[in-house]
Amino acid sequence: MTERMTGAQALVRALEHVGVDTVFGIPGGAILPAYDPLYDSAKIRHVLVRHEQGAGHAAEGYAQATGKVGVCMATSGPGATNLVTAIADAYMDSVPIVAITGQVASPMIGTDAFQEADIVGITMPITKHNFLVTDPADIPRTIAEAFHVALTGRPGPVLVDIAKDALQATMTFSWPPTLQLPGYRPVTRPHSKQIREAAKLIVEARRPVLYVGGGVHKARASDELRRLAELTGIPVTTTLMARGTFPDSHPQHVGMPGMHGNVAAVASLQRSDLIVALGTRFDDRVTGQLSSFAPHAKIVHADIDPAEISKNRHADVPIVGDCREVIGDLIGAVEHEHAEGRTGDYTDWWTQLNGYKNTYALGYDDFGDDSTAPQFVLERLSELVGPEAIYVAGVGQHQMWASQFIRYERPGSFVNSGGAGTMGFAVPAAMGAKMGSPESTVWAIDGDGCFQMTNQELATCALEGVPIKIAVINNGNLGMVRQWQTLFYDKRYSNTDLQAVRRIPDFVKLAEAYGCVGLRCERPEDVDATIKKAMEINDVPVVVDFVVHQDAMVWPMVAAGTSNDDIKIARDMAPVWDAEE
Amino acid sequence: MSRHTLSVLVENRPGVLARVASLFSRRGFNIDSLAVGPTEHQDISRMTIVVNVEELPLEQVTKQLNKLVNVLKIVELDTGQSVQRELMLIKVRADADTRSNVLELVSLFRARCVDVASDAVTIEVTGTPEKLAAFIRVLEPFGIKELVQSGMVAIGRGARSITDRSLRALDRSA
Repeated sequence: MTERMTGAQALVRALEHVGVDTVFGIPGGAILPAYDPLYDSAKIRHVLVRHEQGAGHAAEGYAQATGKVGVCMATSGPGATNLVTAIADAYMDSVPIVAITGQVASPMIGTDAFQEADIVGITMPITKHNFLVTDPADIPRTIAEAFHVALTGRPGPVLVDIAKDALQATMTFSWPPTLQLPGYRPVTRPHSKQIREAAKLIVEARRPVLYVGGGVHKARASDELRRLAELTGIPVTTTLMARGTFPDSHPQHVGMPGMHGNVAAVASLQRSDLIVALGTRFDDRVTGQLSSFAPHAKIVHADIDPAEISKNRHADVPIVGDCREVIGDLIGAVEHEHAEGRTGDYTDWWTQLNGYKNTYALGYDDFGDDSTAPQFVLERLSELVGPEAIYVAGVGQHQMWASQFIRYERPGSFVNSGGAGTMGFAVPAAMGAKMGSPESTVWAIDGDGCFQMTNQELATCALEGVPIKIAVINNGNLGMVRQWQTLFYDKRYSNTDLQAVRRIPDFVKLAEAYGCVGLRCERPEDVDATIKKAMEINDVPVVVDFVVHQDAMVWPMVAAGTSNDDIKIARDMAPVWDAEE
Repeated sequence: MSRHTLSVLVENRPGVLARVASLFSRRGFNIDSLAVGPTEHQDISRMTIVVNVEELPLEQVTKQLNKLVNVLKIVELDTGQSVQRELMLIKVRADADTRSNVLELVSLFRARCVDVASDAVTIEVTGTPEKLAAFIRVLEPFGIKELVQSGMVAIGRGARSITDRSLRALDRSA
C-alpha cells in the first residue's frame, strides 16, 4: 500500500503505525509543518507542555509507567536544546524515549539560520543514536528505526531531527519500511557455559548476594528474580533504580546499597564473597571508593550492554544478555546443581546480615520541638497511600528519603532520576507517568528546590486533566547541598538558603494560581489528615506544602570517594562490624 | 601503555567520523593516529585507529565503539600479522651542493622524489612509523622546511578478509 503525502503527514502516519498514543511537546517554526497533520490525528494525543524539558521528562515518566517508548517533540534551536537535559537523563537511566525535533530547511543548515542549532551534534554523546533527516522519503524508515533502537537492547533515548523542507515536500508513503541497521545487533541470549559457571559459584559461595539494578525491571524479570532468590535463599539488594523490583516486605530483601543505603545492604555487598550483579553497572554511588569495594567478592555480572561488564569492576563470570533470559537460565542451572546434591549454605551469612538489619534499621530523630521530620512525612505517605501507587521523586534529600521510607512492593512503583540526578524531574515525569497509567494514583515527591525548576507543568496537568499529587518536602533549602556544607564545608551555607520563611513563592497560592488545590502542613500531628485530604481530591492536581525541619539529614552515608567500610549511620557514628572481620 | 591498531568498518554515512572521534574524546581515550577511507564496498568505509592504552581500557574502547549503531565491525590488527604503513611528504632544503646527498638518502630509504625546486626537493615515502622517524632523523641536518604525514593504514596478512561477513550483513539489510 503506497500513498502520496507530505513528509509531515508521513511522520504522523509513521508515529501512528509504531503505536504512539501520546506526544509531549511545543510547536515552533521548523516543526510547524508536523503540527498541522498532528491536529487531525485521531490516534495521537498531543500534550502541550509549558517548557520542552517538561516534554522530555514527561516522555520518560510515560515510558517508565508503560514500558513503551515515550515521545517528545520540539522545534529547532532553543526548542531542541531545552530537551537536552531530559535526553541526558534518559541516557543515564536507559529510558526509551524518542525526541523529534524540527530543523531549519536543509539549504539553510550550517548558515547560522534563525533558530538553528546542531542538535544532532549536541546530543551525540547523550543519545543511544540520532538521525538527521533531509529527504522526506527517509521519514517512515527513520521513525521505525528510532523506535526499534530506543526500545531494544539496552533502552535509551533516540533523537530524530527533521529538516523543515523534508516535512513540507511530498513523498510516497509505504509501511512497514525495511530497517537499515546493519551495525545494530543487541545480544539477548546469554551464553550457557557462563550460566553454568555462575550457578556453580552460587552453590559454592558462603556469602553471596544478588545485586539488582534497573535492568531487571526493564527486562520485566521481577517474577523470575523472585523465583531465583527463593530457590537459592540468597539476600537481595535493590539499587535506587531497582526499588520495587523485589518486594521490600520480602524477608530476603536487605535494602538499598550505596551512598545512602542501609547498613545491611551495604554490608551485603562489602562483606560478600560472591556478587551476582543483574542489570546494574557498579555505579560510583553504589561502590564508593572502587579500590576497596567488596574486596573478597567474586563477580558474576550480567547485563545486556557488553560495555558495562568489567567497566568499573572486573567480572569473573561475564554474562551478556537480557536479564529475563539470564535469570530464567540461572534458575535452570541452579536447579540442576541442587538436583546433583550441591546446595549453598548461607546460614552464617544470614545471621550476620540479619544482625545488621536489626541493629541498624533505618531511623531518624525528631528535633524535640513542634517541627516535622521529613522522614515522618514519607513514612506516613507510604502507610496511607500504599504500595499500589506510583511514586515519582526529584533529586536530593527528599529522593533518598522517598527511597528509604516508602515501602515498594511492585516493580516500577518508584520512578526517579538516578544517574543524571536531574533536579526538576518529578513534576513532569509524574505527569507523564499518570498519562501512561491513568488508573494509578501518582504521587510526586519533590523538594522545594526541585519543584521551582519545573512546576510550570502544573498548568499542563490542570488543563489536560492529569490529577497528580505532589508532596513538596519543603525545608527551605537546597537540602542535599546544605547537608554536604554541614558535613564538609564547616557549615558555611553558601547559596543554599531558599528563604522559606519569607514564603516566596507561597506554594499554596502558586498551586491555586495554576488551577490546582494547594494544601499546607506545618505540624506533625496534621500530616495524616493532610495526606487523607489530598487523597480525596481526584479531579484536579494537588500540591501539598509539607514544611519540614531544615536540619534533617540523610543517613546512613558513605561520603563521596570514601570506602563503603566507612559508612556512617549518623554524624561521626560508624556501625560496629563483627569482631571476626 | 602500549600501541594498538584497530581496523573499524563503518557505514559510509555523514557524521560517522564525528561519532567515533567524539566517543574517543568523551571517554578519555587518546587517538595516536586516525585514517579514514573507502573500501571495496561503496557502503562501507574503513577507519584505522591507533590508540595508546592499557589492555583493559582497550577492551572498553572496543566495546564502546561497537555500541555505535553505524559501526559494523572492529578488528585489532597484530603488528606481526599485518602490514602497517604511513605516508609522508617531506620538503627538504637541497641546493646544487647538497642535492645529491639528499637523493642518495631517498634511494637508500626507497623513497621517491616528487618535486624539485632550485633550493628544495619534496620527497614521498611510505613505511612503518619507525622507518619514517629514521628518515626524518637523517634528513634533519639538511633542513626540513615542511612535513605532512598520514595516519596509519593497516591490513592483515594472508588470504582472509575482514570485510566478508560485514558485507553480508549490509546486503541482508538492503
